[in-house]
Amino acid sequence: MTSYMIPCLLAFVTVFALRKKTDVYTALVQGAENGLNLTFHIVPALVALLTGVSMLRASGALDCLTSVLSPLMNALNIPPEVTPLLFIRPLSGSGGLAVGAELMAQHGADSTIGRVAAVALGCSETTFYTVAVYYGAAGITKTRYTIPAAIIADIAAFFAAVIAVELFF
Amino acid sequence: MAMAWIFTGMIVISVIFGIYNGTMDEVSAAALNGANDAITLCISLLGVICLWSGVLEVMDQSGLSKKLAAVFRPFLKKLFPDAAKDPVTLSAISANISANLLGIGNAATPLGIQAAKRMAKGCNGIASDSLCRFIVLNTASIQLIPATVAGVRAACGAAQPFDILPAVWFSSVLSVFAGLFSAYIFQHLRRKNR
Repeated sequence: MTSYMIPCLLAFVTVFALRKKTDVYTALVQGAENGLNLTFHIVPALVALLTGVSMLRASGALDCLTSVLSPLMNALNIPPEVTPLLFIRPLSGSGGLAVGAELMAQHGADSTIGRVAAVALGCSETTFYTVAVYYGAAGITKTRYTIPAAIIADIAAFFAAVIAVELFF
Repeated sequence: MAMAWIFTGMIVISVIFGIYNGTMDEVSAAALNGANDAITLCISLLGVICLWSGVLEVMDQSGLSKKLAAVFRPFLKKLFPDAAKDPVTLSAISANISANLLGIGNAATPLGIQAAKRMAKGCNGIASDSLCRFIVLNTASIQLIPATVAGVRAACGAAQPFDILPAVWFSSVLSVFAGLFSAYIFQHLRRKNR
């Protein structure tokens, strides 16, 4: 079923756009150029953070964190290996991507750990960054219950990712 | 500054663990390999991100993303009753949500800021319940097509990079629900305390 989704979506979007008399090809190429710039912009951050994550992995620090927290994580039914992702995801987008990519490379993209990492990345956001940017721009200093509620959503995202991977694969 | 602390922390902790575990050879190699991996990853991500950004541009120019925004309007009216009275705020909110759904982070942020600014008017720097819900909705991200993650999966040799879609939707809905539900609980707890 999932193999139908992307080709059908592409077909739907292009046909719809052509019927609306949009120059599909020019728009697509324009957008692709934006994508090129976007990717180039994340290169420096990713270089810094993948260096950091690789060093942490090689030094044994990540394994140490994983084994310290594994009783708790096992009790919560979360694979202990994804613990580092849980910590960095709300803080840094590139950091989350770096840790997630490292997990997928280490354990395989189609392994349970790789899938949980991918799903968790896909359904969560850089919480603190978002809160800081929006409230900063709007001049809000009393955030009330925003942070706790957002953190609960992040934690729920990880639980849900584990459940979803069990459910769908 | 937070990132400066995180990055320095990563390096210092690696060095300490490297000394303690005697893994300094590996740490030293990893420093260079990590930087290399970042470039390899970005190159393998380029294709998916470019293609998807192109598709998003087509959606935008053809008015498809506006249609998507209209679909969510009734639901958003319910969720942000006081903000919905102002049509400009409501349209900024729905455009923000649809940009988030499509994964156009670059477009979502300015729209979200515009909405947040309008919602924050006249509340003296204290977030209203609507505004709290709006930010929680933004931090919980629902993405229809998480293209970047699919790209990473493809780069790591996934047989079907996009087969995680149903799982992502399922957990996105669950996490948004958890966020909004806890916001609702917090809101009513405070009221009782007063």
